[in-house]
Amino acid sequence: MARKITFSQAINEALSQEMARDETVIVMGEDNAGGAGSPGEQDAWGGVLGVTKGLFHKYPGRVLDTPLSEGGYIGAAVGAAACGMRPVAELMFIDFMGVCFDQIFNQAAKFRYMFGGKAVTPVVIRAMQGAGLRAAAQHSQMLTSLFTHIPGLKVVCPSTPYDAKGLLIQAIRDNDPVIFCEHKLLYGREGDVPEESYAIPFGEANVVRDGDDATIITYGRMVHYATEAAEKLAKDGIQVEVIDLRTTSPLDEETILESANRTGRVVVVDEANPRCSIATDISALIAQRAFHSLKAPIEMVTAPHTPAPFAGVLEDMYIPSAAQIAEAVLKVRA
Amino acid sequence: MPIHMITMPKWGLSMEQGQVNGWLKAIGDKVVKGDEILDVETDKISSGVECAFEGILRRQIAQEGDTLPIGALLAVVADAETPDAQIDAEVEAFQRDFVPATSADGESGPQPEKAQIGGRTVRYLKLGEGGTPALLIHGFGGDLNNWLFNHADLAAHRAVWALDLPGHGESGKALETGSADELADSVIAFMDDRGIDKVQLIGHSMGALIAMTVAAKAPGRVASLALISAAGLGKEINGDYIHGFTEGSNRNALKPQLAKLFADPGLVTRQLVEDIVKYKRLEGVPEALRKISASAFDGDVQRTSYRDRLAELAPRALVIWGAGDQIIPAAHAQGLPGDIRVHVLEGKGHMVQMEAASEVNRLLDDFLGR
Repeated sequence: MARKITFSQAINEALSQEMARDETVIVMGEDNAGGAGSPGEQDAWGGVLGVTKGLFHKYPGRVLDTPLSEGGYIGAAVGAAACGMRPVAELMFIDFMGVCFDQIFNQAAKFRYMFGGKAVTPVVIRAMQGAGLRAAAQHSQMLTSLFTHIPGLKVVCPSTPYDAKGLLIQAIRDNDPVIFCEHKLLYGREGDVPEESYAIPFGEANVVRDGDDATIITYGRMVHYATEAAEKLAKDGIQVEVIDLRTTSPLDEETILESANRTGRVVVVDEANPRCSIATDISALIAQRAFHSLKAPIEMVTAPHTPAPFAGVLEDMYIPSAAQIAEAVLKVRA
Repeated sequence: MPIHMITMPKWGLSMEQGQVNGWLKAIGDKVVKGDEILDVETDKISSGVECAFEGILRRQIAQEGDTLPIGALLAVVADAETPDAQIDAEVEAFQRDFVPATSADGESGPQPEKAQIGGRTVRYLKLGEGGTPALLIHGFGGDLNNWLFNHADLAAHRAVWALDLPGHGESGKALETGSADELADSVIAFMDDRGIDKVQLIGHSMGALIAMTVAAKAPGRVASLALISAAGLGKEINGDYIHGFTEGSNRNALKPQLAKLFADPGLVTRQLVEDIVKYKRLEGVPEALRKISASAFDGDVQRTSYRDRLAELAPRALVIWGAGDQIIPAAHAQGLPGDIRVHVLEGKGHMVQMEAASEVNRLLDDFLGR
């Protein structure tokens, strides 16, 4: 169906289609236009990895370059959202989120609640995350769990171009603040994407692969490693179900628990550090609500509790691999 | 007596490989032409591989669970007297010379195209040349891929077009009222645009209702009507299915609905369900389906019947039904006027053109003439 485009083209297309559909949708971020006030250079970049390229000329005045001040422009985006716009702010690396925590955690996430449901904050903050680009410890983190922890935020982690487009369209139309996490190493990944517009509802996990022998629960880039592990195990007659969470907030508890109850053997895979993570959260959910179905202790495959190393050989060891995932499945099968 | 090689069939344009689900005949079983000897699953659907020869199943080359490219050797049929050594030699020769088609070859095959007709995008696929062209019209919620087991076969002897109706597949989703009239007008506009003057219409389910409406609206342009599991030939329809399909938005909701389309619910693959879920998410699709169903159906009742006029709509008509149809009762195939050919296939469901593809293709090919 449809044609093959990359993950980053899918994001660009979602932005473009929503900007065409709703004129309150604006895009803002560092180098999103390519250097305001520098004719000739405008639109040269389209963001640090070129995801918003081409939008500046298509939607004049609606793609804004911002100063190198995350605290300033994320605050501006949140304020604009509270005043009726639908801003999509690009925060380059999720690692920089720390300088605008107040704007996100204490303002955007709280407006609806503090104003008795009378205020909405339809802002989307897009940010790159994940290791593997030799970008060192300050540009390689997986911080999904930090945002998932905060009530009032919705958190999205797409794994395919199809999901990236549909989930971003849903994020833009959603009236709550959405943290949209894009794994850098997925940008070049190709997949079938319909040309037409479509939205994927939040809180609906995707069962990537069916199986009754064990369940792998994961999200983002790890979905592909989990699938690789499952395909390898299928050759030995072990049928593993792979669940892609798509959104960590809201969380599709029903799909997780149904599968865990059926297989009784669960591996949770998370590229993030292990403490207080999506992996521990899902494990706790299953331990609490599917305990009597479990036939083996839950296994977690995660990065170690260290910053992402800069040395390539160490970074490769830091990121969970398909082999580690397959090994964990064999362990819960034992 | 010759030795017959049964190979992995190619069902539809996109199929590159199939997985062997299981054997339906054992080594030593006598097989006749048309017997299904094994089950193969593709990413779209699973189906039985039919034997085109008569003899004894002498070898099961493919193992259950194997995923094999199209053209790969699955089984050998020969008579009881053929010596084992001769069979083994032929198998060895086949395997030595077999070169699977690469995916690059597959991509160069015919692909659906799109045209702008009356301000609306229409996706269509044309295969074959010559004769009085045939046009395949899918049913409610379907698209041109519903014909994946039929299109190429029928196109061996004539030009065969298939299209996505408005609101469906990759055609435009906007509809005014969604009435059968509006959909029939879009088919006539398509014929005009593509220069198809006279046509043999083949409609499945709601597509059959549209085909009959086209015949009523454009007298003289429809040379024949082939109606499969047709809407528009009686009163009853499974309103629960229509409602469930229209309103279901995820896998869990849609899978039980799709299972009703087949006599064997095992034929519903996860890819089929996934494709429908993706279609249902496209902007404008639920609205289009609601308009169409509200216009054509009232709960368990069809609003339009051409039953009494069928004989005058086109010079010739053919009706095919699956006896186990859970959407529109096969009883609608009975008691039709005139000399209309009727075939009710035992043990098949609503998607009879998929479930009994070879048989339906034979019936259609005979009916259409060359």
